[in-house]
Amino acid sequence: MTTRLENTSADEIVRTINAERHKIGATSTGMVLTLIIVTDEENQSDTTRAAAHSAMEHPCRIITMIPRPGRVAPALDANIDVGDTMGPGETVRLRLRGELADHGASVALPLLLPDTPVVVWWPTNGPDVPSADPFGRMAQRRITDAAAARHPMQALIARRKGYVAGDTDLAWTRTTPWRSMLAAALDLPYAPIERAEVSAQGANPSAALLQAWLRNCLDVPVDLHRSRGPGITSVVLHTTGGPIELTRPDGRTGRLARPGITTHDVPLSRRDVRDLIGEELSRLDPDDTYAEALAALEVPTARKRGSKSAAAAPA
Amino acid sequence: MRQAEFTSTNPLRSPLDRRLPRVAGPCCLVIFGVTGDLARRKLMPAVYDLANRGLLPPSFALVGFARRDYSDQDFAQQVHDSVREHARTEFREDVWNQLQQGFRFVAGDFTDDAAFDALAATVADLANDQGTGGNTAFYLSIPPGMFPLVVQQLKRSGLASEERGGWRRVVVEKPFGHDLESAQELNHTLGEVFPSGSIFRIDHYLGKETVQNLLALRFANTLFEPIWNRGYIDHVQITMAEDIGIGSRAGYYDGIGAARDVIQNHLLQLMALTAMEEPVSFSAENVRQEKEKVLASVVLPDDLGAYTARGQYGVGWQGGEKVVGYMQEANIPPTSTTETYAAITLNVDTRRWAGVPFYLRTGKRLGRRVSEIAIVFKQAPHLPFATTDTEELGSNTLVVRVQPDEGITMKFGSKVPGTQMEVRDVTMDFMYGDSFTESSPEAYERLILDVLLGDPPLFPRHEEVEMSWRILDPILDHWAANGKPDTYDPGTWGPASADEMLARDGRVWRRP
Repeated sequence: MTTRLENTSADEIVRTINAERHKIGATSTGMVLTLIIVTDEENQSDTTRAAAHSAMEHPCRIITMIPRPGRVAPALDANIDVGDTMGPGETVRLRLRGELADHGASVALPLLLPDTPVVVWWPTNGPDVPSADPFGRMAQRRITDAAAARHPMQALIARRKGYVAGDTDLAWTRTTPWRSMLAAALDLPYAPIERAEVSAQGANPSAALLQAWLRNCLDVPVDLHRSRGPGITSVVLHTTGGPIELTRPDGRTGRLARPGITTHDVPLSRRDVRDLIGEELSRLDPDDTYAEALAALEVPTARKRGSKSAAAAPA
Repeated sequence: MRQAEFTSTNPLRSPLDRRLPRVAGPCCLVIFGVTGDLARRKLMPAVYDLANRGLLPPSFALVGFARRDYSDQDFAQQVHDSVREHARTEFREDVWNQLQQGFRFVAGDFTDDAAFDALAATVADLANDQGTGGNTAFYLSIPPGMFPLVVQQLKRSGLASEERGGWRRVVVEKPFGHDLESAQELNHTLGEVFPSGSIFRIDHYLGKETVQNLLALRFANTLFEPIWNRGYIDHVQITMAEDIGIGSRAGYYDGIGAARDVIQNHLLQLMALTAMEEPVSFSAENVRQEKEKVLASVVLPDDLGAYTARGQYGVGWQGGEKVVGYMQEANIPPTSTTETYAAITLNVDTRRWAGVPFYLRTGKRLGRRVSEIAIVFKQAPHLPFATTDTEELGSNTLVVRVQPDEGITMKFGSKVPGTQMEVRDVTMDFMYGDSFTESSPEAYERLILDVLLGDPPLFPRHEEVEMSWRILDPILDHWAANGKPDTYDPGTWGPASADEMLARDGRVWRRP
């Protein structure tokens, strides 16, 4: 059941959560983290739901911040769900009106669960330097999504400059099934790899990260090609014994072809944000592999040298 | 192909990259007894669930072997049905389609040389077509009496040999024999063909998760280890209770009984993990060494009659349902003295545990389904309160709940609110999360994955199995020579003799 509080304060919200918890005979002590979602009216419902779903695995307190700046008196409204409607965790949706919209951190701070990690997630327009953001400063883990930015590649590159351990991006999370399948393909003995290719829809930050990761791991040239999509459509590892090809033309079924072995269909469907955020919450340690891929990202310059590698330029 | 051209290190895997799941390497799983109950209800759904979670390699093959006139398609259909009915995760067409490309079926009898040759040919074909690299795991989901036959066939047909490339592993389920002698015989049968590192003994009760949680609790914290000894601990109770009867498993259960079925493997393993010293590392070898030391230092009480108890459930009402007694279950001979409840007392003769009894009990048709380890602490040496203040104070207890609601409960005294000084027991609870259970993998998923990964740490080795039988055999002999089990009412916590067993030491069973 949703409890609505208007013109409220952090203190009253905490008391309400505790009272609701008490009523259903549970405490918040089993929660493993606090998740702050910084979003807008348009996305708050979907993102909160996605996060609540992942709370099935990681019981947490979800605080959704919805800034509503404007020429109104500062006010704080809260919708509180405790218990079953939104999964086992508790969700607090906060609307920050007027001047308060710029001071959300002051509201969030007293709502953090004691002595457990804090994760902040910007589903759409994340800051360039997440760790310098008032919410980011509170958090051990900061999740952005370059693909949801207006200029995905620029967003990713901006974040590279401001990267600190604990930053992560859903563009990277989206590469996990690809990386996993490619790694599995190389579990069998294979001939030396000479070069590799990644094909994706234009301005795809996931493809750029995948390219960087492959280059880091394999130490061979990795080209990025533009395709019709959706998303990443293929990765080819050229070995001296023939190509190892992983393709996904329709965004759903993958196909793995290796020299001398029957071609296989493999599950490689695009995942929804629920699964992505679930993956992020299951690991809270710094992701060194991401840091390395981000650092090795090919920065598209104004003067294009090779047309192939410039496919990562903003669309 | 010239092998030298190929490299087998994988540059795409790095220990730092913790997002990539540990996917089993390319391999083929051969299930004997694939039309059996266990295969249909547990194994095949677990294989699908693993695939659905992305933990099986693209080069995975599943070969069924049974005495059925099946084609590959019939077999795929059978797997499909059991997956639809029993899988834990949702059914996804793309995952299924990928998985079933690697399905094969070989029909035949265990005495039929030609069938095993056909199996060998199928496995060899899969090595190339499907890219399994020859890696093969044999799952013997068949009665132990058939093991010698099948194992010898595997040897004869060359299936068990690693000479043609890849690894070979064999998986067997508990019971690992029914006494020391038969366990040694079984081990001999398997050991003749497979090296001991390739034999995986599966006890599905003992999920790896439980073992790892217990090790984490003891050795990742500073809080518990200092008091984990005779100075503070009064005794330990390890319980595994089931609320169901034997159902249709009379053929398996009668003559085996609760002690052989559960104490020999499950409870003694839990006890070893509870009592063992800190291993040098969590490698298979080191954990096993410590467990073996505990099992080797176990001594039985002198008076086995007084310090063991056994029972058989009678007719009665359980949880609002009328249930039949053990003797009335189908196919139980009227002379049966098989126990459905067993409780034993063990001592561990080490500096850490001298004088701390371990009480182990298990049974069917008990109050509820539960597995737990309860560490019961001594009373405080001095209580600076009036005796009336602490009348309701029991013993401090730490309970490791294995299932259901995996977690930890601590019981300790606290002041009752009010003006009077009054101390009463309260509990503090940690749950791995009511919420975790939903996605926590079925035991078989974990076990199968461990086999395919070649990760044996927590599977008991034959030394441990034999040591367990050495502990249990004298008790079983004593029981066989002395009368028959007491009857207990279904839905209760066992026969009165079990309560008397603890009462003799001035203790009581915890109600789990």
